[in-house]
Amino acid sequence: MWEKLPETKPPELIDSKGFRADGRRLDQLRPIKLEVGILDKADGSAYVEQGKNKIMCAVYGPREAHPKHIALPDRAVIRCRYHMAPFSVDERKSPAPSRREMELSKVIRESLEPVVLADLYPRTTIDLFVEVLQSDGGSRCAGITGASLALADAGIPMTELVAACAVGKVQGQLALDLSDSEDKYGEADLPVAFVPNANLVTLLQMDGSLTTEEFEKGLGMALEACRTIHGLQREALKKKYHEMKDVVEEKEESEVVA
Amino acid sequence: MVLVAEVKQVVAPGELVAEGDHIVGDNVYRVGNQIFSASVGIVEADGNRVLVVPLKGGYIPMVGDMVAGRIVDVGLSGWSVDILAPYPAMLPASETPGPRGARRRDLSETFDVGDMVLAQVLAFDRTRDPLLTTKGPGLGKVSTGRVVEISAAKIPRLIGRKGSMIGMLKRETGCQITVGRNGVAMVWGKSPEGERVAVEAIYMVEREAHKRGLTDRVREMIVKAGVVGEVARD
Amino acid sequence: MSATPQLPPVAKLEQKTIVDMVARGKRMDDRGPESYRPIVIQSGVIEKANGSVHVSLGKSKVLVGVKVEVGEPFPDTPDEGVLTVNAELVPLASPMFEPGPPGEQAIELARVVDRGIRESKAIDVKSLVIQRGKKVQVVYVDVYVLDHDGNLIDAAAMAALGALVNAKVGKFEVKADEVVVKPGRHALPLNNYPVSVTVAKVGKTLLVDPSLEEEQVMSARLTVTTDKNGAICAMQKGGLSGFTVEELKRIVGLAVEKAVENRAKILAAAKG
Repeated sequence: MWEKLPETKPPELIDSKGFRADGRRLDQLRPIKLEVGILDKADGSAYVEQGKNKIMCAVYGPREAHPKHIALPDRAVIRCRYHMAPFSVDERKSPAPSRREMELSKVIRESLEPVVLADLYPRTTIDLFVEVLQSDGGSRCAGITGASLALADAGIPMTELVAACAVGKVQGQLALDLSDSEDKYGEADLPVAFVPNANLVTLLQMDGSLTTEEFEKGLGMALEACRTIHGLQREALKKKYHEMKDVVEEKEESEVVA
Repeated sequence: MVLVAEVKQVVAPGELVAEGDHIVGDNVYRVGNQIFSASVGIVEADGNRVLVVPLKGGYIPMVGDMVAGRIVDVGLSGWSVDILAPYPAMLPASETPGPRGARRRDLSETFDVGDMVLAQVLAFDRTRDPLLTTKGPGLGKVSTGRVVEISAAKIPRLIGRKGSMIGMLKRETGCQITVGRNGVAMVWGKSPEGERVAVEAIYMVEREAHKRGLTDRVREMIVKAGVVGEVARD
Repeated sequence: MSATPQLPPVAKLEQKTIVDMVARGKRMDDRGPESYRPIVIQSGVIEKANGSVHVSLGKSKVLVGVKVEVGEPFPDTPDEGVLTVNAELVPLASPMFEPGPPGEQAIELARVVDRGIRESKAIDVKSLVIQRGKKVQVVYVDVYVLDHDGNLIDAAAMAALGALVNAKVGKFEVKADEVVVKPGRHALPLNNYPVSVTVAKVGKTLLVDPSLEEEQVMSARLTVTTDKNGAICAMQKGGLSGFTVEELKRIVGLAVEKAVENRAKILAAAKG
């Protein structure tokens, strides 16, 4: 380690009044910003900010399968790549894909597979890209939230949007939407993705230590947050197309220059 | 039979659109007694049928569609054509006009790589790539004009109710416009300037397809550009 | 191994239209042959990076992050810090980009941007030394292309310069044989501000800042990077054809002129 900390003591994550290091309560989400259709070349795109996470998601497809042999005869192949920019984390990361990125690519794809109506496009691919421009804990969940929007923006039929959020245990207490330091110094991390209509959990991972009661309570907190995020996703999708012509044009300008 | 969403309302995937005995149309799906949207789009009801008109979407070929495509390869017995679909299309030599279609020896003299053709989808299903034909009136190679690519989902808007939008565009710009169902339009006019305005107008329709009063605003844009259409203007 | 690329997905008719219109002095987006597309520069967009700039050049979008870390100097330059430029043409930026290690296009982009910075001596690498021969500051310039609508080199070089100007670094010191970073916000030691200008040849016309569709019909392109004194510090010709000597001279003249305009824009926006 080239940086020497004064003493390796974890920061105080929850103060005596129950506020977290960033001022949030235990059951509070970080501020979320969702924008749809910001890229020109991609068939569908979405940009997510959640706390300090900044994630660009894009979809190309359905498109011809290259190479041909990966195609499936009766449905589209969904491919997903989760990738972090070298400057997205505190210590510069090599751009070559890591084992963690490969695992996350898989679980993200599997969180979205249940909703995409892939049967409509046999022998094609639907390619999903999640680029983490800045990471601060919970990037796979924010990536799923954005990837759902990008799929919808691309016009790919889906049964519903998938929202995702993580819950964790910090200083013995369940906390919603962990930041990077809370994840690093906390005792458990439980990322969850959820589809409300079908009432299905499509992403579930856990590492750390939780009692079964803590797991159930934590899961409940995460699902509640997913419902909130789901509402934000719907708003973001419809915002682009509403009849408020002036608002739309003004907003488009501020998105470019902001 | 209850329509839960309003006609012309913008809905997102997973939103409840109707309850009851409706017939399920495009971009909606049924779960038990309820019908949900599968796309971001606008709710429409056509008699008993409920559907969502998507705001964006790629082109999926249908038999009978007229499409504009680009030749990407000349093979031994036909051509590969890019019709901006997720499937490469094939135009066999036997499906070109003439007693036995184009002669095998000089296929590239009929259509060469990079040429644009107007064709019709002869066959397509889940197990095979689309098959095209250029036997038919108005089909074949396009030698002049502009190629405009827009989202296939916007083609109905570009044509308009009973052809009202496309008719207005042709009249006001003085251009010939052929609209492929696959989102590719061919435009040709007497002057490059006229063609340019027509192209601009088509992109404008694509951008603002969901807004009201579009036909008038597009017409205004064309008139402002100062292009003389079919009828001379003072 | 480098191979002739596939044909661009553009109909011959459209290619002809673009070439004919350009010959008459008209570009598809109504620009003059010597004009840049609208440039929008946002600085400090990635807080975790030491410096960052996002450039929109027309519809092209490039994000550059600069990170400064401690590392070892190269053996033959024990008294210099290290500069390393990397570029990713991530697949979300274009249907033509595939996932995988950088291909020749990404590598060329990175090396041309690098050349501009290195040869203009933009960074005072001697000031980056912490412990001669052992520990130096390593400046990572990571170029992330987010949307490809042509002329990625100029957009990337602009964003890279901006990110270097925008960068804030702590103070590096050696304490008991370990390197310590004292918090602080100091600028990188910069002495020069290289700006690249790319010109494409379409038919017989020279076009500054080619868009993607212009790149698809061009016969050749030349990137000229000039420094704050108008001296040329890097050049790169690309494409399947070539330039006459007269064309080269004209391009260099254009590059010097346009670089002055763009340099002012980047410096103003990057200080953030």
